[in-house]
Amino acid sequence: MKRAVITGIGVVAPGQPGREAFWEMIVKGRTATRRITLFDPSRFRSRIGAECDFDPEAAGLSYREIRRTDRAGQFALVAAREAIADSGFDPVTGDPGRVGVSIGNGVGNAISMEQEYRTVSDNGRTWLVDPGYMKPHLYSYVMSSSLATEVAWATGAEGPTTVVSSGCCAGIDAVGYAVDLIREGSAEVMVAGATDAPIYPITVACFDTLRASSTSNDDPEHACRPFDRRRNGLVLGEGSAVFVIEELEHARRRGARVYCEVAGYSARANGYHMTGLRPDGREMGEAITAALDEARINPEEIDYANAHGSGTKQNDRHETAAYKRSLGEHAYRVPVSSIKSMVGHSLGSIGSIEIAASALAIDRGVVPPTANYEEPDPECDLDYVPGTAREAELDVVLSVGSGFGGFQSAVVLTSPRRIA
Amino acid sequence: MSGITFGDFKAIMSRCAGELDGRELTENDLDTAFTDIGYDSLAVLEIASQIQREYGLQIPDEAIEEMTTPGDVIGYVNRHLTAV
Amino acid sequence: MSAPVFTGIGVIAPNGLDREAWWQATLDGKSGLDRISRFDPTDYPVRVAGETVGFDPADHAPARLVRETDAMTRYAFAAANEALADAAIDTDAFSDLEMAVITANSSGGVEFGQRELQKLYSEGPQAVGAYMSIAWFYAATTGQLSIRHGMRGPCGVLCSEQAGGLDVLAQARRVLARGTRLVMSGGTDASLSPYGLTCQLSNGRLSTEPLPERAFLPFDRAAGGYVPGEGGAILMMENREEAAARGLDHPYGELAGYAATFDPRPGSGRPPTLRRAVELALADAGVTPEEVDLVLADGHGVPELDRREAEAITAVLGAGRVPVTVPKTMTGRLYAGGAPLDVAAALLALRDGVIPPTVNVRPDPAHGLDLVVGRPRETELRTVLVLARGYGGFNAAAVIRSL
Repeated sequence: MKRAVITGIGVVAPGQPGREAFWEMIVKGRTATRRITLFDPSRFRSRIGAECDFDPEAAGLSYREIRRTDRAGQFALVAAREAIADSGFDPVTGDPGRVGVSIGNGVGNAISMEQEYRTVSDNGRTWLVDPGYMKPHLYSYVMSSSLATEVAWATGAEGPTTVVSSGCCAGIDAVGYAVDLIREGSAEVMVAGATDAPIYPITVACFDTLRASSTSNDDPEHACRPFDRRRNGLVLGEGSAVFVIEELEHARRRGARVYCEVAGYSARANGYHMTGLRPDGREMGEAITAALDEARINPEEIDYANAHGSGTKQNDRHETAAYKRSLGEHAYRVPVSSIKSMVGHSLGSIGSIEIAASALAIDRGVVPPTANYEEPDPECDLDYVPGTAREAELDVVLSVGSGFGGFQSAVVLTSPRRIA
Repeated sequence: MSGITFGDFKAIMSRCAGELDGRELTENDLDTAFTDIGYDSLAVLEIASQIQREYGLQIPDEAIEEMTTPGDVIGYVNRHLTAV
Repeated sequence: MSAPVFTGIGVIAPNGLDREAWWQATLDGKSGLDRISRFDPTDYPVRVAGETVGFDPADHAPARLVRETDAMTRYAFAAANEALADAAIDTDAFSDLEMAVITANSSGGVEFGQRELQKLYSEGPQAVGAYMSIAWFYAATTGQLSIRHGMRGPCGVLCSEQAGGLDVLAQARRVLARGTRLVMSGGTDASLSPYGLTCQLSNGRLSTEPLPERAFLPFDRAAGGYVPGEGGAILMMENREEAAARGLDHPYGELAGYAATFDPRPGSGRPPTLRRAVELALADAGVTPEEVDLVLADGHGVPELDRREAEAITAVLGAGRVPVTVPKTMTGRLYAGGAPLDVAAALLALRDGVIPPTVNVRPDPAHGLDLVVGRPRETELRTVLVLARGYGGFNAAAVIRSL
């Protein structure tokens, strides 16, 4: 069977944009969570976000790209270009028909949809909105698929292209989709990853209503506390990570540097509740087991688990139980950490940002920590790598996600040392 | 506004979460858990949001966590409306 | 890759609220396009749409689920019920992890979203309801169907505007090849709230013609844009042996081939890629151009896009050699629901040996297409090509074959 490897990584994460800035931040355990600046959050229950210090012009986007894209599209364009440059692969020198795009996303072009709604509705006054005030790119905002269009245009891809939109698992599922297309031969190279920019009133209000976001408004830097006993909810994030994923022989032929192989992937649904999780960790445990089976890897071989670890009471308990169900005794030995403590939860893109962290962890031999972890919770009793990064040779890394709609996904990345 | 009656509550509930399948909500259900009546956690949050809207209340997270029956919700609202 | 079969079809369309009602209307040339009734369209430049007039969600799902969903998902509830019954599927006979839901989506639950945005800006953040979090996003329908029917296998959601409705069938094929036994696929969309329509207006492709019978004329010299519609189809897919093993001897047909391509950026000087999608899909199916008996065209109704599609069809299949039809002239373009409905039309055309007509169109001979207009054409059919294009450059082609 054909094998798929990651040969380029681009990241726009909370804090400074760029892969190296992201990596430096998370290995140092610094947090990008702060009082929201993208709008005035004073009327909201939770006023904290993990925001990108992002200037589209400084990041190299053209005037037209900036004019026609939402913040989510801008993140994706910058991340895609960094990934392409990192891989050394030029899609237009070969057959662009063999290059595809899959972009994961949760809430589309949400900021632009909301801003343009305010304009055409006169700030919520009229149900019969006035198209006389519509922006010419409005149709591209209502559809998430425009995010894949932008990435395909920027990279010259003419192969199978789509947006994968399975909520908060989309960042993992878009990579899984890319790997499927490479394995079956529909594409040789996939520009795959995810983007989301949800920090805006409607999404913040949604998480307020669900009481799912942290209310540590007095201490935003320490608001997201995955697995800690005092955890009180997630912190919204934003950003993008995009990869160049190649068929192994294609990468070898051009002497590409390989970060890791995407050895196994799975998606499962809970069939239970749109936002709820069973406390016993069943569905995530099943996703982990299925991804390991696909990769033909035993649970004991996992060297690091990059957690979903959103910092909600419900998730962290479910997830801890899931590791115990799927990894057995090894769950107590494997380091588990959540970078959401530092970069927040960027919904549809966080899965790809966490895959970027996992791939860089393999590449650099470092396990990033869980920030803000101080007080153990009896229901969460694993090794969560509190505060400080650890050096370790990592051959097998697991990354997992969970999201609204009842989705659970898992992906297994392996070191190039394991590629025979 | 002076308070919320069982009838008010029932109307909000059916607006938010739909009528019950095959039966009427009665005052005998005051102490029955929402999950046993057939309303999930999201429905309770939707009801809370609607009450906040209609009664101008802010219901804190801890209070929501303790609202497991219709009686809990009605009691909370009446205690806090009179306090205002 | 082994070809999966279609064993159940469920439909919600502007010209028919279930499978057989829609199919009969389609063969009769009865259009569902009319003046917009959901709101007063007088002040909008577009006044014609394909609405599902008369649809009552309470007939298809409990009140609780109706409250927490947008129309797009309510259509899917109805179509999924019909598709499951049509395939005679007892979900209890499957393990939950052997079943999956994979749907396409395009605009999300935009009507639900508009209502909550209005609450946010007219009343404040506390007014936003709890269901906004699960009704507006693109994954709402897959999530709800998965929970309702206890399907816990590899679920998914793909968005590539109208092309996404074929992309999900290919994704269903992938998961069936890896051991999932049953996939609920297809898609439904409902973007006809005032804000939803306004979003669509900005693409400049909607028809401003106020007469329903003149509003959507693909491949006609008078083509002046398309009409938006709502609804779609849910399709049950299984491996052929599995379907036979549970006693289903006559599935509608199989997904014999598929391919997707993406058009280069405008101004790049490179050619469009629909033709390559057609060639790759035929190759994937192991079918020669001569074997194609019918094309269900994307039929955009925009002159330049019609020309490009006709060029791709005639370049691969020859000019005027294969009948081409656009039943969506009776529904409008249904976005994520459009291609699944075309696949449903292909499957029923195979079943009944009849090509549904394209209505109201006087074919422009310059396109070189044998467009089936006016009334249905009875003929032996075995292999049907379905084309779908999504705004922004997405192309997909599927080959549907009888067994």
